[in-house]
Amino acid sequence: MTMQGYLRADGRKGIRNQVIVAYLVECAHHVAREIALLDREKAHVIGFPGCFPNPYAQKMMERLCTHPNVGAVLLVSLGCESFNRVQLERVVADSGRPVETLVIQKTGGTKSAIERGRAFVADAVNTLDNTPRAPMELSDLVIGTVCGGSDGTSGISGNPATGRAFDQLVAAGATCIFEETGELIGCEDIMASRAATPELAIELRASVEKAARYYAELGYGSFASGNADGGLSTIEEKSMGAYAKSGASPISGLIKPGDIPPKGGLYLMDVVPDGPVQFGFPNISDNAEIVEMMASGAHMTIFVTGRGSVVGSAISPVIKVAANPDMYERLHEDMDINAGRIISGTADLETVGAEIMDLVGQVAAGEPTKSEQLGHQEFILTYKSFEPIGPACLPA
Amino acid sequence: MPDIDPRLIILNDHDTVAVVRCAIDAGEKVQIGDAVVTLMQAVTMGHKLARASMQPGDKVLKYGVPIGSATTAIAVGDHVHLHNMKSDYTPTYALTETGDIA
Repeated sequence: MTMQGYLRADGRKGIRNQVIVAYLVECAHHVAREIALLDREKAHVIGFPGCFPNPYAQKMMERLCTHPNVGAVLLVSLGCESFNRVQLERVVADSGRPVETLVIQKTGGTKSAIERGRAFVADAVNTLDNTPRAPMELSDLVIGTVCGGSDGTSGISGNPATGRAFDQLVAAGATCIFEETGELIGCEDIMASRAATPELAIELRASVEKAARYYAELGYGSFASGNADGGLSTIEEKSMGAYAKSGASPISGLIKPGDIPPKGGLYLMDVVPDGPVQFGFPNISDNAEIVEMMASGAHMTIFVTGRGSVVGSAISPVIKVAANPDMYERLHEDMDINAGRIISGTADLETVGAEIMDLVGQVAAGEPTKSEQLGHQEFILTYKSFEPIGPACLPA
Repeated sequence: MPDIDPRLIILNDHDTVAVVRCAIDAGEKVQIGDAVVTLMQAVTMGHKLARASMQPGDKVLKYGVPIGSATTAIAVGDHVHLHNMKSDYTPTYALTETGDIA
């Protein structure tokens, strides 16, 4: 396996080389989408819809626009929104990437803005051909995992198989991130027992307790109706299945969205906001979780699904793991890995875990995933509020 | 005699439920431990059948850990789900086929 990464000025290496077209308020979304249609493969649309300022959203956009898979950035502003476009442009420029800000109110309107934007994208795509390449090892990779549309099979096939792949990746020096503390409710004791230090164990437990409080106040757990149709009865049952994605490695640290892990190992991402309940549910759909892991540097995401999600993502490829044979049959055109064979008894966890490992290497080397081939580039970013992580959260 | 039906998976020896590998129709016989049970209702893949009898308040064990508590008496072979168990954390929200909230 030879991986040739795109070398960035900060030393990180990307596995893709995308041009990002970022709208800074919903009012600029249409113009951004029209600009990106010029090159559906290379130009990906991301953005923040809100007109009110939010430090979390600012940090997320700064991290995403300087993600190792990103080679150039076009910012699309309406002109009167609160988002700090000047700071975002400065952060991207400081990272050595080509960047331009298009302010629609100063550009003569929709049509002129689209023309100007498309000129930037066309130019950027040509320039990106000259991005320096560098050999890339598994230890350079940051891999996230989520599960969505979970059912009673996810937690016994796709999730533990992903856990086996995670164990191999961590052993090879890669950085692995698992998340959704709201879907780890009930797992706090066994998870804390895997913490690298006693101080981290306290932090891990506190993050899940915070999630339990937060969801209790909202009145709903992180549990959708389809979860129950698929045989899951309670949030703690769903949690145990979700927890299996983390494998068996020691847990090296606890990060929050946008924190870049300092070295390889297994990290839990705390996605539930700090402080009083505000802005609604923490992550309103699966892509919000994928976006947060990308903001912490994830080159790709392993997505285990039981009911059958079809999503991909802007910026970073998504590998879809089907948890049961029935859904794999129905949605095979969207699924990269069939972990349903574990349910039907024709493959074991080790075999499917090894398949996931192999596919991670191939995707890192440039092979497109099913969702990439199908043009999926979902993206969502909403309001949140976080305090910085404590000193015990990161490895020394 | 195998102590578990091949259509079921036991995830941990201590579990009080087994997971269904494939749809099983009502009226079919299923072997669970020493018992052969006739299913009172159809179950689909990923759902749970009781391996042990439980009383209201008993912890339901899967993966070797509690995943909630029984809310009614449960017999070996019963379908274990929203109608006879509940979360010990937050209530479960589920829509029925008719669009009502279970």
